[in-house]
Amino acid sequence: MAECHPVGFQWVMEAKARGAKVFHVDPRFTRTSALADRHLPIRAGSDIVLLGALINHVLANELDFREYVLAYTNAASLVSEDFRDTEDLDGLFSGWDPETATYDPRSWAYESTPEGRPSEQAEGGARHAKTAGPDTYGARGAAVHPSPPTDPTLTHPRCVYQIVKRHFARYTPELVEQLCGIPRDDFAELAEAITANSGRERTTAWVYSVGWTQHSVGAQYIRTASILQLLLGNMGRPGGGILALRGHASIQGSTDIPTLFNILPGYLDMPDAGRHEGLDHYLELEGGSTGFWGNRRAYLVSLLKAWWGEAATEENDFCFGHLPRMTGDHGHYTTVMNQIDGIVKGYFVVGENPVVGSSGGRAQRLGLANLDWLVVRDLALVETATFWLDGPELETGELRTEDIGTEVFFLPAASHVEKEGTFTNTQRLLQWREKAVDPSGDCRSELWFYYHLGKLIRRRLTDDEIDRPVRELTWDYPELGVHGEPSAEAVLREINGVGPDGRALSSTSQLRADGSTTCGCWIYCGVYADEVNQAARRRPRREQSAVAPEWGWAWPANRRILYNRASADPEGRPWSERKAYVWWDAERGEWTGHDVPDCEIGKPPGYVPPEGAFAQDALAGTDPFIMQSDGKGWLYVPLGLVDGPLPAHYEPHESPVANPLYAQQANPARHTYNRPESPYNAPDGRFPYVLTTYRLTEHHTAGAMSRPLAYLAELQPELFCEVSPRLAAEAGLTNGGWATIVTSRAVVEARVLVTGRMRPLRLGGVIVHQVGLPYHWGWGGGGLVTGDVTNDLTPLVLDPNVYIQEGKAMTCDVRPGRRPRGPAALDLLERYRRG
Amino acid sequence: MAERMGFFTDTSVCIGCKACEVACKEWNQIPDDGFVFEATSYDNTGMLGASTWRHVAFIEQSRPVAVGGDEGVDRWLMSSDVCKHCTRAACLDVCPTGALFRTEFDTVVVQADICNGCGYCVPACPYGVIDRREGDGRAWKCTMCYDRQRGGLEPACSKACPTDSIQFGPLDELRERAEQRVARLRADGNERARLYGESPDDGVGGTGAFFLLLDEPEVYGLPPDPVVTTRDLPAMWGWAGAAALSAAGAVALAFLRTGERR
Repeated sequence: MAECHPVGFQWVMEAKARGAKVFHVDPRFTRTSALADRHLPIRAGSDIVLLGALINHVLANELDFREYVLAYTNAASLVSEDFRDTEDLDGLFSGWDPETATYDPRSWAYESTPEGRPSEQAEGGARHAKTAGPDTYGARGAAVHPSPPTDPTLTHPRCVYQIVKRHFARYTPELVEQLCGIPRDDFAELAEAITANSGRERTTAWVYSVGWTQHSVGAQYIRTASILQLLLGNMGRPGGGILALRGHASIQGSTDIPTLFNILPGYLDMPDAGRHEGLDHYLELEGGSTGFWGNRRAYLVSLLKAWWGEAATEENDFCFGHLPRMTGDHGHYTTVMNQIDGIVKGYFVVGENPVVGSSGGRAQRLGLANLDWLVVRDLALVETATFWLDGPELETGELRTEDIGTEVFFLPAASHVEKEGTFTNTQRLLQWREKAVDPSGDCRSELWFYYHLGKLIRRRLTDDEIDRPVRELTWDYPELGVHGEPSAEAVLREINGVGPDGRALSSTSQLRADGSTTCGCWIYCGVYADEVNQAARRRPRREQSAVAPEWGWAWPANRRILYNRASADPEGRPWSERKAYVWWDAERGEWTGHDVPDCEIGKPPGYVPPEGAFAQDALAGTDPFIMQSDGKGWLYVPLGLVDGPLPAHYEPHESPVANPLYAQQANPARHTYNRPESPYNAPDGRFPYVLTTYRLTEHHTAGAMSRPLAYLAELQPELFCEVSPRLAAEAGLTNGGWATIVTSRAVVEARVLVTGRMRPLRLGGVIVHQVGLPYHWGWGGGGLVTGDVTNDLTPLVLDPNVYIQEGKAMTCDVRPGRRPRGPAALDLLERYRRG
Repeated sequence: MAERMGFFTDTSVCIGCKACEVACKEWNQIPDDGFVFEATSYDNTGMLGASTWRHVAFIEQSRPVAVGGDEGVDRWLMSSDVCKHCTRAACLDVCPTGALFRTEFDTVVVQADICNGCGYCVPACPYGVIDRREGDGRAWKCTMCYDRQRGGLEPACSKACPTDSIQFGPLDELRERAEQRVARLRADGNERARLYGESPDDGVGGTGAFFLLLDEPEVYGLPPDPVVTTRDLPAMWGWAGAAALSAAGAVALAFLRTGERR
């Protein structure tokens, strides 16, 4: 965190100054480790073992926060008789179909009730696997029965509590030592610290970033942490939670108002060509009727009204038919394969440098070389825009400039200080930025580009029916300045939405399904309340409470901690004075506290929903997880994940270690591309080391924003690999010399940094070495410093839930000296591939 | 003169982000130092110099760990070094042009338009801070952002520091704060935690930029017992004066005697 989020890390230092104990779990001893109380070196790709063993420690010693667990999680819910665990099936859950390599999740359901199963559960899992459906479940919650049969004594063998307990029973400190390389004493210290620091009086937080997500079991890493935090009562409470650190400014914002193919603003599903007939059919399939997602018709209709205005009417399904439809997986890596196969002909690359920053650089470049046209918008002439002129495949002879037909358009972009708008950070906090200076020359903001591109396209439209969706779009923002910059505040106001009176709405609860309200993103409703840009508020923290509600604006409803109903006990009283956050004021008959309560303000803790209640009315006064259809925190996921209802340890796709837990070595549902453009490492001894990739404080992602700047470039001028003294001796590497790192994708050269911060790990009786490589360099990009592309080494293996690549754990070989040049590099690669 | 202003650099909370180096260069428009991979931990700018006025040192401290008897780093010290702005500043003493002067904030600053590049200040500094820039010839070092201070702003490095490892303020206040911090660290078991440069009794009369270190100064590349290099100058002038006088006396005497002979 100190390494990649140094500004945010000041708060960790502040917590430490107030007595917090900081543990750092990382394959390397980093700048974060240097400031932590304890560093636990771990083998990349083994975190579920560590977290699972902590869960086992909690359950075996009954250290869970039982009152919290009983009231707020699904621990007591009974699961179907048909469910079989990985413990029963040697690494597979029930429902596995080896033909399609997908799970049918039906057997994972709660014990059925007389009403039967919700329709989407009956639909099965194949379609989820096809379009990353579970990605959208992350926020919107799958439709499960709101009140399944339960056993409050938690003794029924099919209750979630017992299932979880059995599932993790083999995740022991001995296994942690064997698979993670963390000695038993160190594990015991961690286990003792987090359990002692959880409960009524204290809370523990987990902080992660892409070290947890970029794995073929990435979503399940987070799930494991969720189970642990729910068992310890650390969710929805101050000082608790699982905090995801994002990789760029406003990456949170780019999922809220998505740049993803499978969701609409506010985590509504993108319609699917094969599944959704019309608005009603879509709404019926996409989620349950209980919990706040029960109001999704109002959210979607208001969105459609924001986009198509007067043209959207009840009679035409509010222009639901105008929305694009998915026809399958349109994710990043599948799109690249479709480029190579000639299916995708044109490509917009905006503020991204995929030939350096995405996995499988060679496949990326081969895809670009096969396009008709490519548009790149960036601050500098990045490698993605120049691959045809100076890319590595030209040196090896695989490509020739004269053979590449791609027409490349490079458009210079305005930087974040040259335009106004909001950043949404990981706390869901929107903060308004002022423009400091005008962009120079032809540089323009993205807002300007898309708005004026839209205007140009609309001028060329005909009366043809096919043009109707674009013709009828609302596309009329005030234009400012000599270049006609659209007003970013007007866009924010449109996102906020307006009511029938034309005034800005102040809360999501005002949204209506009858077309009388508009709202560009329902979770952002309120950011422009009272016609005021709430994101621009900057009241200093010294002038307000510790929650600082008047700094910026957090979605939803300016709430700073989500699910904070859980900060009070079932009766609505704070769990302790020390951890009081929101509570029920019986006299006034409403919830109150330091933050905006995350429940209906007037719903008493004793509220019991009547039979057949709808949306939030179907949740009891004790249900804090209001986006779930049963209002509970899920220890076990009966629906919504494609690779199992519980996390199980699977080895990375490329691993030097056999999975001792199950016959199933790796996540059976992971996505792979068996293609010559990006082959996988053989599991024999050719690639004996673990390779992990990361960032440095001194650079930014693929380097376009740091390599051209002298003051940053001089701080880390060359690509280097970090190796332990022992590995250096074994592989013949010298500090300051050169090393060549090899996978079956590429050979990459790097300077050598021999450091005791890299430690060999003893796994069972075997020593496993890890090699670390930052990924900020490329061959050009206007950089003052250049270097080989680390991501040329990484494999194209994806987590099946969210399609993120396994960039954090793979295998490699390391050789002393510089890499061969030209075709000789291909010869070396070929020797490794053939063995 | 206004209150004496200073830096307190608390290395126990430094995260090695180098924001101070970058902010310093941005504000003072210092050239880059070249793009050389030094293979010395995460330090590629090497040392303080004409074009590096803040420098973050990275010190990896090893001890044997379980696996195979290998050494493993269990402490990574980071420390942002800077000109000490000595109470008794030798650079200032030796400057023949008056380019170096003591400001109203009791800091020591080189005036680039007066410096003639003689370089006397370079060997005079007991810390090896001030340096001449190649191709320019003049001497350069930290000004504690004299221009910013004149405008009521804190120096760029302390402003940019995310963890308040670099603190700027009236020196007396900083010394008090530092005493408390070092006491707490020692109470927490950091026995080797110490202040460096805070004492007016040291060889340079105390420094305007002082440090909290977690180990011996030598570990950070700092002299353990710095002494103002011009310390002996008055005495030397005294001896020289006496020698001159006695020489003159001897000559006079010789002439007198010559006279006597007449």
